[in-house]
Amino acid sequence: MNVLWLIMICVSVVFAIFTGHLEAFTKSIFDGAKSAVEVSLYLLGIVSVWMGITKILEDSGLIHRIAHLFKPLICRLFKNIPGDHPSITAITLNVLANLFGLGNAATPLGIQAMQDLDTLNEEKGLITPEMMTFIVINTASIQLIPFSVIGILASYGHRNPAVVVLPVLISTAISAITALLVLAVFKRIFR
Amino acid sequence: MIKSVEYISLLIIPLFLLFTVLYGAVKKVRVYDSFVAGAKEGPAIILKIFPYLLTIFVAIKGFQASGAFDFLRDAFYSLFAFLGVPIEAVSMAIVKPLSGSASTALFADIVQTAGPESLATQMSAVIMGSAETTFYVLAVYLGAVGIRKTRYLVPVCLIADFIGIVVAVVVTRWFF
Repeated sequence: MNVLWLIMICVSVVFAIFTGHLEAFTKSIFDGAKSAVEVSLYLLGIVSVWMGITKILEDSGLIHRIAHLFKPLICRLFKNIPGDHPSITAITLNVLANLFGLGNAATPLGIQAMQDLDTLNEEKGLITPEMMTFIVINTASIQLIPFSVIGILASYGHRNPAVVVLPVLISTAISAITALLVLAVFKRIFR
Repeated sequence: MIKSVEYISLLIIPLFLLFTVLYGAVKKVRVYDSFVAGAKEGPAIILKIFPYLLTIFVAIKGFQASGAFDFLRDAFYSLFAFLGVPIEAVSMAIVKPLSGSASTALFADIVQTAGPESLATQMSAVIMGSAETTFYVLAVYLGAVGIRKTRYLVPVCLIADFIGIVVAVVVTRWFF
């Protein structure tokens, strides 16, 4: 992230100077800060709601039951998660939320999953292979029906917006699998 | 088929909430107090994520406004021109990993200008539906647990994004 961020800032400033976008660039920096505040406020609400729900799951023991149920499935991808660990539940719910396009649930559950995975982390601050797998699955965006895309198509008078469903599904499936393969290759190279 | 999936999607969270609350009540959990105790942890998490989000958003917005974005788009466009990829789809491919709200706005704009049934729209739709806002996900998830050493995760995500977009282009060509 360090290198990427450094490159983005340097390249942007150089371009802003040479293309005469200096004013727009300066303004955009503060726009960025503003949208970070807005997104954080939005996240504050939905994350707190899911933390509340998760606490009930924990106190009632349901979290371990769900973990136990989905363990065989999840542990195929995540090798070093022991027993009925709560992270299995968070990962399962996050994947389900993504599948059904429930953005309001997917992000908080993903945060939860990261925190649960971090309890297994022996060297805090250093990413674990399980976290990498989880993030790669999330950035591959597995979704059954792209509701927002269909919604926009329909609102601009597309006769049959549902035609995009199959190509989107095929593309996501292929790209999710290749993403995991790329990760597996890197894991093999830098172990 | 679409309608029924949409209905299930609408049903999932309410049913899950109902089940959680009822199960808790059966197990003699004071659900109200539990929920409050859980919700109390929310602000601490957001405080942790906020600086990461701010840092990445500043870089992304600056990148878009500086003209570097347009340069990158034109470079990719000339690279993929022989495949017959419309420039709108190239824009979408670069915007989507950077920003969710910007990609939604861009998509609406493409549909409006290129027409809802044009190749540019179809291809952008597939990219929009199959790619994820990678930088946002990275900032939020890594920020939540304070990961500083990400090893090879970022290159893997960028390579995966690139492959994902190529796949989306090929699949769209094959379908439309």
